Amino acid sequence: MSFFDALRRRARAWLRRAAGALGHASGGAAPAAMRPDSRWAGPLLLAFALLCVSPAFAQIGDTTYRLRDPVQEQRAREIGKELRCLVCQNQSIEDSDASLARDLRRIVREQVERGASNEQVMAFVHERYGDFVLLRPPFKWSTLLLWATPALALLGGLFAIWRARRVAAPAGIGPLELTEAERQRLAALQGDPKA
Amino acid sequence: MIPELGHFALILAAMLAITQSFLPLWGAQRGDVRLMASGAPLAVAGFIAIGISFAALIWAYATNDTTVVNVVANSHSAKPMLFKITGTWGNHEGSMILWVLVLAGCSAAVAGFGGSLPSALQARVQAVMGMISLGFLAFILFTSNPFERIWPPPPDGQGLNPLLQDIGLAIHPPLLYLGYVGYAVTFAFAVAALIEGRVDAAWGRWVRPWSLAAWSFLTMGISIGSWWAYYELGWGGYWFWDPVENASLLPWLAGTALLHSAIVVEKREALKVWTVLLALLAFALSLLGTFLVRSGVLNSVHSFASDPARGIFILCLLGIYVAGAFALFAWRAPAMAPAGFFAPISREGGIVLNNLLLCSITAVVFVGTLYPLFLDLLTGQMISVGPPFFNAATAPLALPLVMAMAVGPMLAWKRAALWPVLQRLWWAACVALLAFILTLALAGWHVLSALGFACAFWLLAGAVADIADRAGVGRTSLRNAWNRARNLPRAAWGAAISHAGVGVTILGISGMGLATEKLVAVPPGGSTTFAGYEWRLEGVRDFVGPNFTARKATITVLRDGRVVHVMEPSKRYFPIGRTNTTEAAIRTSPAGDLYAVLGEERDGEAVLRLHNNPLAPWIWLGAGIMALGAAFSLSDRRIRIAAPARRRKDEAEAAA
Repeated sequence: MSFFDALRRRARAWLRRAAGALGHASGGAAPAAMRPDSRWAGPLLLAFALLCVSPAFAQIGDTTYRLRDPVQEQRAREIGKELRCLVCQNQSIEDSDASLARDLRRIVREQVERGASNEQVMAFVHERYGDFVLLRPPFKWSTLLLWATPALALLGGLFAIWRARRVAAPAGIGPLELTEAERQRLAALQGDPKA
Repeated sequence: MIPELGHFALILAAMLAITQSFLPLWGAQRGDVRLMASGAPLAVAGFIAIGISFAALIWAYATNDTTVVNVVANSHSAKPMLFKITGTWGNHEGSMILWVLVLAGCSAAVAGFGGSLPSALQARVQAVMGMISLGFLAFILFTSNPFERIWPPPPDGQGLNPLLQDIGLAIHPPLLYLGYVGYAVTFAFAVAALIEGRVDAAWGRWVRPWSLAAWSFLTMGISIGSWWAYYELGWGGYWFWDPVENASLLPWLAGTALLHSAIVVEKREALKVWTVLLALLAFALSLLGTFLVRSGVLNSVHSFASDPARGIFILCLLGIYVAGAFALFAWRAPAMAPAGFFAPISREGGIVLNNLLLCSITAVVFVGTLYPLFLDLLTGQMISVGPPFFNAATAPLALPLVMAMAVGPMLAWKRAALWPVLQRLWWAACVALLAFILTLALAGWHVLSALGFACAFWLLAGAVADIADRAGVGRTSLRNAWNRARNLPRAAWGAAISHAGVGVTILGISGMGLATEKLVAVPPGGSTTFAGYEWRLEGVRDFVGPNFTARKATITVLRDGRVVHVMEPSKRYFPIGRTNTTEAAIRTSPAGDLYAVLGEERDGEAVLRLHNNPLAPWIWLGAGIMALGAAFSLSDRRIRIAAPARRRKDEAEAAA
């Protein structure tokens, strides 16, 4: 299978998953076992394809699910910024008005209102939608390399610099102090400005 | 007829590019002066041919020639003339023509300004530019021909994405391409140097202005793109760490590293091999960016599925150029003798630290952007890598970079003492600390924003300290210092201005960290309080534009009962293409932006989203200042005057 076939397969898998996600979301906090009816899969896929085409579809958010308590609402927003709108290109659920994002916003706010902690809400959503929903990928074996990149790059760079300096061992960059002869020559060159 | 002329001009350009790829290179290898001299006129001819082709396409758009498939797909007679013309490069095919036009323009500029270049170097540079040009011309001719005809012609075009009917987007791609393609020139210089097996100060003197110019355009291009996202997408955000954004950030990061290490090559002939590598890397990342955006692998899975041929073609080009260049590097680089040794604490050492951190950030952005793709391909696992990851992973690398940025320019070349420099910066540190404490005191417990403000003021004060130090403030009379400051090399001023520009951008970013927003449903005549203002919705009315209909709200913003602003956010509906856009109303002042978006209307109420974005405009102003600093540096006398020095030296060597 070529690279590009694999990519196309991935695109299809993405859409399928997105359709599945809507199946969950339309039932609110429904059990994860819910599956979209196969009769609806086609139209749903089409709808998602249209949704994804341009961000122009995004409207500006709705006031239906707002928490009265501003502290809770602020928390819900912070959680929402960490969650991906699964059907959008790269938007958080707070930055999208796709219907899935709306549903996720509602789920997050319901959980927050029930008194769940940020971690509990994230865990709740993570459990139902998988790693894909987290904009900050979880620490695990498969993301080890990703999270280690900053340190690896830095250490690799330091090692390269150390090696380059050792291989090209400089014959010394000269003594730190000027010799007496150099100092005299410098004085002669500078001259006395007042003279 | 005119589209055919454009098509033929494009084929002619491809033929010229083939000639340009071989003749000068062959001449340089054989030492044949006449063959070497063919590079410059071929480059100019190629530029003219592609220019004719581009003009023909613009003509087709301006006259709304519906026999051209590309026009039908992307334009419409009802569109304003300005957007008909900018629509030429608002689509895949047209933007690729613009890409090669800019490339040919750079090639012609090397021919025009390069009179003082050694003829062998000039010939090899032109040959490499010709090869790059050839690849992309073939790409256009074989997979993305914009001059394809359709018969019978449809009555009218299918319009252009209304999001793209915008002045910001009209100038964003050309600037970005000037940046991307500018790195093609430094790439060509690097490859030519590898073929010659020689890198010296004169080479650095040629690479530096090109990397400066490319960097300057890329900075402008990225910031205009970010500004466009800010006002057009209507979410009040300015950077989303989207793959497409990252694609333009990657060459910028590598290019920033290149910009600095090229200084070391020019001044001290050190870091030569490393600078060549960075020049290769900057263009490789530009090509990667073009691939990611144009193939749609990461951006939009849908457009990709429709035509995988394009993705494969660009991937092949990427493979040929990058693999070829790196193979050449692996073969020839070890032959280059290191020179210009320096102590770890020195200006060179500071630039090595700059390069280390910038390249680490580049690696993080690169891995973060491509990791989900490769993880899925290898294991089938799907993950998202979004803003929380990038912020968390790049900030620890960016912080030491910013801290070193104020110190580095004040260190002496070759060997420096850190302590005296820190003593000259103590007041800058005090300013930064004050900013940190003041932010916490005034804005509450926002540690990251406070840290950002501290960094911003550290950089601004550091830039002032740098110039003051060079002018000798405190060691000589003020009048004397003023005269010395005026006579400082423009490169020194440019560096200080650009570093201050980074500070200004960080100031804006930190301010945005304190942004607040409110989503509220208001009936006409009703009002809400937000950000210390009273916002009164006067009403929502219909509005008809040239090719859209809209609902437009009028909001009066009052403070203490006095009207301070009237804002008119709107929602547009474009019947051609059946799309909606939100037009945010933005009130800009130096203190920040007030930003209002109109949402849906129901039950006699209109949903409004209001944002208060403190210091937001400084993000883009800072980028403008960075680009200005680069332009200032480019106007340095040394770059204009000293370039011919190498030819005289070469002639002297030849005579000896």
